[in-house]
Amino acid sequence: MSNHTDQLRSGRTSLLIAIRAGVTFIVLCGLLYPLLCTGLAGLLMPNQAGGSLLKNGNGDVVGSELIGQKFTDPAYFHGRVSSIGYKADASGSNNYAPSNPDLLARTRASIDEWKQNNPEVPIEQLPIALISNSGSGLDPHITPESAYVQVPRISSLTNLTEEQLHSLVKAHTEDRDLGLFGEPRVNVLKLNMALQEMISRS
Amino acid sequence: MGIVQIAIVLIVLILLVKPIGTYVYHVFSNKQNRSDAVFGPFENLLYKLIGLKSFAGMTWKAYALSVLLTNVVLVGIGYIVLRTQNLLPVNPSGIDGMEETLAFNTIISFVTNTNLQHYSGETGLSYFSQMAVIMMMMFTSAATGFSVAIAFIRGLTSRGTTIGNFFQDFVKAHTRIFIPAAVLVTLVLVALQVPQTLQSTINVTTLEGDTQSIAIGPVASLEAIKHIGTNGGGFFGANSSHPFENPSPLTNVIQILSMWLLPAALPYAYGLFSGNRKQGWVVFSAMMTLFLLFLTTVYIAETRGNPVINELGIDASQGSMEGKEVRFGIPQSALFTAVTTAATTGTVNNMHDTLTPIGGLVPLAEMMLNVVFGGKGVGIVNMLMYAILGVFLAGLMVGRTPEFLGRKIEPKEMKLIAIVILVHPLIILGPTAIAFLTELGQGSITNPGFHGITQVLYEFASSAANNGSGFEGLADNTPFWNIATGIVMLMGRYVSMIAMLAVAGSLAAKQWVPETIGTFRTDNGLFAGILIGTVLIIGALTFLPAVVLGPIAEQLTLR
Repeated sequence: MSNHTDQLRSGRTSLLIAIRAGVTFIVLCGLLYPLLCTGLAGLLMPNQAGGSLLKNGNGDVVGSELIGQKFTDPAYFHGRVSSIGYKADASGSNNYAPSNPDLLARTRASIDEWKQNNPEVPIEQLPIALISNSGSGLDPHITPESAYVQVPRISSLTNLTEEQLHSLVKAHTEDRDLGLFGEPRVNVLKLNMALQEMISRS
Repeated sequence: MGIVQIAIVLIVLILLVKPIGTYVYHVFSNKQNRSDAVFGPFENLLYKLIGLKSFAGMTWKAYALSVLLTNVVLVGIGYIVLRTQNLLPVNPSGIDGMEETLAFNTIISFVTNTNLQHYSGETGLSYFSQMAVIMMMMFTSAATGFSVAIAFIRGLTSRGTTIGNFFQDFVKAHTRIFIPAAVLVTLVLVALQVPQTLQSTINVTTLEGDTQSIAIGPVASLEAIKHIGTNGGGFFGANSSHPFENPSPLTNVIQILSMWLLPAALPYAYGLFSGNRKQGWVVFSAMMTLFLLFLTTVYIAETRGNPVINELGIDASQGSMEGKEVRFGIPQSALFTAVTTAATTGTVNNMHDTLTPIGGLVPLAEMMLNVVFGGKGVGIVNMLMYAILGVFLAGLMVGRTPEFLGRKIEPKEMKLIAIVILVHPLIILGPTAIAFLTELGQGSITNPGFHGITQVLYEFASSAANNGSGFEGLADNTPFWNIATGIVMLMGRYVSMIAMLAVAGSLAAKQWVPETIGTFRTDNGLFAGILIGTVLIIGALTFLPAVVLGPIAEQLTLR
């Protein structure tokens, strides 16, 4: 019998500790931790903590270097397919399975569009990354090859030579991190900002 | 270059296993050590705040009860916060209270360390909920699982009737592991451009003159604990593929190591507890062998790509890039996929729904086995359960009483283990069948054909393994899916947790049998082989038919 009351008492003690632990850890992990981190980050690294924003010559914010933008003007470099149209208040893709007929239809449409807008570049050179949907729908990058294949189109629509554009892409190609991790890539927004500047200067 | 960068991450992991495993052992062996001077005062304050006076060891029943009570309290408070977030402070985007089945699903998802997300972070949660519920549970559920794993190891390796004090373990897991590690990783991530701000959206005029409103917030602090605690619930809907959550390959590597290090170090800590480090390395090498098998499969499958698209005549040399990010490419995506489902984190840096069928089979199979490293606690406990099973099978074959770490394995333990082994497939395959038999389940499938079967199977495997990743195409925010996966997550977490604590309690109380020349050794390569064999045979017997109907059939029809 005494064993039974002992168990009951220890159960009640455990419940009280559990309740106090619940409140304590909500305050500690749920409030103090994120606020401490926000404070430290804002103090030490305000630019990174604020979303790595990019400004144009006039000092206006034109976007974040991490978030891709939608480019439809054929005189700009274009980014990857985004089912959400680079709307950055949400994120994601339409998750087409490899066997989904809609995936095939969308890819065929992209290829047809490519043929129309880039008659100089055969589709054998069209990199798969450029006509596939990124996971986030906000991918800020394209592969260097995806940028080079757009050079003939952009050159024919602007007053810039293919050589000028090639060196522009080259200058904006980022290597793998530490020369090792990930893939070489080109930030489309930064590339187009530089392109715009080049056009206005020439 | 792809293989080199993967190999380097693996080498870094293996080099860190020993120091981190040793540290974990020192934290939980409760012997005096140097770190007491650093963390002691803060811990004493926390003990006072929660009213913990006695540090006496608990029986397995008392330990399990303390786990459950603490979790119930957190669920209660968290549920109320989610339902009433519209009335609570820090809600700059004016988000409404959460619908009841979604709140039920969400709260269970986070208390069980699953982090299946049927809501979308940008539109479903206020900042207060993100912090006070989601972030808090990311710590507490990880600490809970970690404590249970340590208690299980204690039961296996010590004698007596107690397996440690839950509240003490719970506090120390926070103060000496999760909180310091999370603050450190947060600052590193911010330095590498992950945002950390209380601002809610940034409105910009784009280069082409459109407007773009960019959702932002305290992302880095969530990313840190999301991976260290093997939680996986993202700040944004697209999870770690979102460039704010995971802006570069370097942050990708940091996130991989953050979620992988503790689960990989636990076998080593187990070796130290058992007084024979070889025991730990045997478990580790069994896990690593299985992992390499899966990693190779997904890497090759994704590099080869989707035959349907490859035939269109474009330059498809890069592999399947649908649902992947350019900065990660195939190597960093494949590695992330293999690790996130091994460590049952469930964070994704590419969309698993869009993986090639065989590539998608890898995360699915890892969750079905649920022993390849495993998340906070679950992996090592399950692997040790298979070790006991392996000893039992080997004992049956040679006609000897099976022993594990000097204790006889008897019917009581085997019955408990049988329950755990049977419940896992039951709560995956049972609900999958129900989903196919009902309109409510079928209606959510978005990809036609065999892939639809995989979508459903994946959702329940992810819930049962407390992983939380998804084939995200599934339209799963409906009462049917919210309730069904909620129940599966609960059973996946607590049935095995309680049964395995019972096994630990039962083994701890047993007489030790002295080791003789006839004792079956569990610290050599032969046993590692038996362990891998046991895992694969049981897994294949259970899940092969379902897997054939899903990914394998899809692969065969792709042409």
